[in-house]
Amino acid sequence: MAQIEGPVRFRGGGFSPRNRWIAGTATLLALLAVWQAGAAAGVIPTLFLPSPAAIAATLWRLIETGVLWRHLSASLARLGVGWVLGTVFGVATGLAAGLWSATRSPVAAVVAALFPIPKIALVPLFIVWFGIGEGSKIATLGFGVFFPTVIATMGGVDNVPRGLIRMGQSFGLSTFAIVRSIVLPGAAPAILSGFRVTSSIAIVLLVAAEMIGAENGIGAFVLSAGNLYDTDALMSGIVVLSLLGLTVSGAIGGVERVLLRWR
Amino acid sequence: MTRGVRLILDRIGHAWGELSVLEDIRLTAEPGEVMAVIGPSGCGKSTLLNIAGGLLAPSAGAVRMSGAIADDCLNPLTYVFQDFSLLPWRTVRANIDFVLERLPAAERAARVAEVLALTGLSDFAGAWPKELSGGMKQRVGIARALAVRPACLLMDEPLSALDAQTRDLLLDEFAALIARARTTTLYVTHNLAEAVRLGHQIVVLSRRPGRVREVFRLDRPLLERSADDPEAKALEKTLWRMIRDDAAVAERERAHGPN
Repeated sequence: MAQIEGPVRFRGGGFSPRNRWIAGTATLLALLAVWQAGAAAGVIPTLFLPSPAAIAATLWRLIETGVLWRHLSASLARLGVGWVLGTVFGVATGLAAGLWSATRSPVAAVVAALFPIPKIALVPLFIVWFGIGEGSKIATLGFGVFFPTVIATMGGVDNVPRGLIRMGQSFGLSTFAIVRSIVLPGAAPAILSGFRVTSSIAIVLLVAAEMIGAENGIGAFVLSAGNLYDTDALMSGIVVLSLLGLTVSGAIGGVERVLLRWR
Repeated sequence: MTRGVRLILDRIGHAWGELSVLEDIRLTAEPGEVMAVIGPSGCGKSTLLNIAGGLLAPSAGAVRMSGAIADDCLNPLTYVFQDFSLLPWRTVRANIDFVLERLPAAERAARVAEVLALTGLSDFAGAWPKELSGGMKQRVGIARALAVRPACLLMDEPLSALDAQTRDLLLDEFAALIARARTTTLYVTHNLAEAVRLGHQIVVLSRRPGRVREVFRLDRPLLERSADDPEAKALEKTLWRMIRDDAAVAERERAHGPN
């Protein structure tokens, strides 16, 4: 039998990482500093990857001359209209599929058949259908946003505890009241998670559609800068796209904080 | 005068596919009284309650109500759920308010304030369900039920998700609230002490398929009863003797299946 004496060794703790914004900011700043230093020292060829300072200067020039706003406003309009259309129809279809047997299987079959198609491959078809103008770009975005929204909404409705729906029925609430007060709020976390995915998809499809056939828009601007080997402008466009993604993600995060504050 | 109606369960039977869970249940809950239904696990108590409340269509028989419904009653048959069934995205106040949507705003607010005061929740009106203890959540559940001024309360093991101390405290509160509301109450429980504390009729169901084995009557008013009452203790023992063997068989069936 072994004799033991002494303090009990602490074995708990860990597995609970915390966010430290200072560490995140410092990492980004350090990367920028290394990049700038590499470009200044000639280690990084600036024709292929311009320095952060050169990108910032070009971005400022684009803002001052109004060029950036001309392209950005066109992109934002397409993004807004396409995303809203895809989302409205997607949520409505997902709700119908989540609530009623008559719509569930037909919607599931169509989603299963069409969702896997890479939407970028459909851009030429949409140009044939809707013309080279705004119609084809908005259709591409709307189509790309629609299917993930349907899937997220349907899953969200499926996960609303049935006990809560029975509770609503037991109080004699109308179907409309149950959908409005129980099903929609219950599915909201899944729908909002879907928004994060669809907003990213929408930005990808926006750039792709604008690269295929547009004079205005950040995608067209980036493509034209690339064709001219103007990498300063090209990288400025990419920075704008990155900021656009961050802004949209931040906006969705804000909506989540307000709508899901009960969690 | 009672607000309650007579609730008649007329030859109720129910089967889930081939599995018969209830057979020939004939019971009448009298206006303003509590009918406690006890029985071993799986005997169909909750199924019977769902049939009584119109949430489940019985395979046989019918449920009828008889009596006058008060003008201010919004939902004659109203549930109090075992798992509380509160909407986590609504505050306490809003959880009660949303079942009153047919009323004008001022009356809604008055009813919410009244039931919050009645259940001691006035200081928690703005709290989220996640901030409440189990006992507080069930207080919200009963406040919500009382807000619609029901003719009949259907209570499905409302205390079984709570710890023993909270259960005892809430049991006394339930007795007072039910006596004050003067509704008919159908109270399903597996806890014999609850049945004896609240029931005017105590219905003992057999193990599956549930049939009425016996109905006991206790006429003492709810507010004059106590947990230490010798008559109540004696009845509790009698009830336990009656259902002990069934409970043991039901437990074995739960572990190994009905065969």
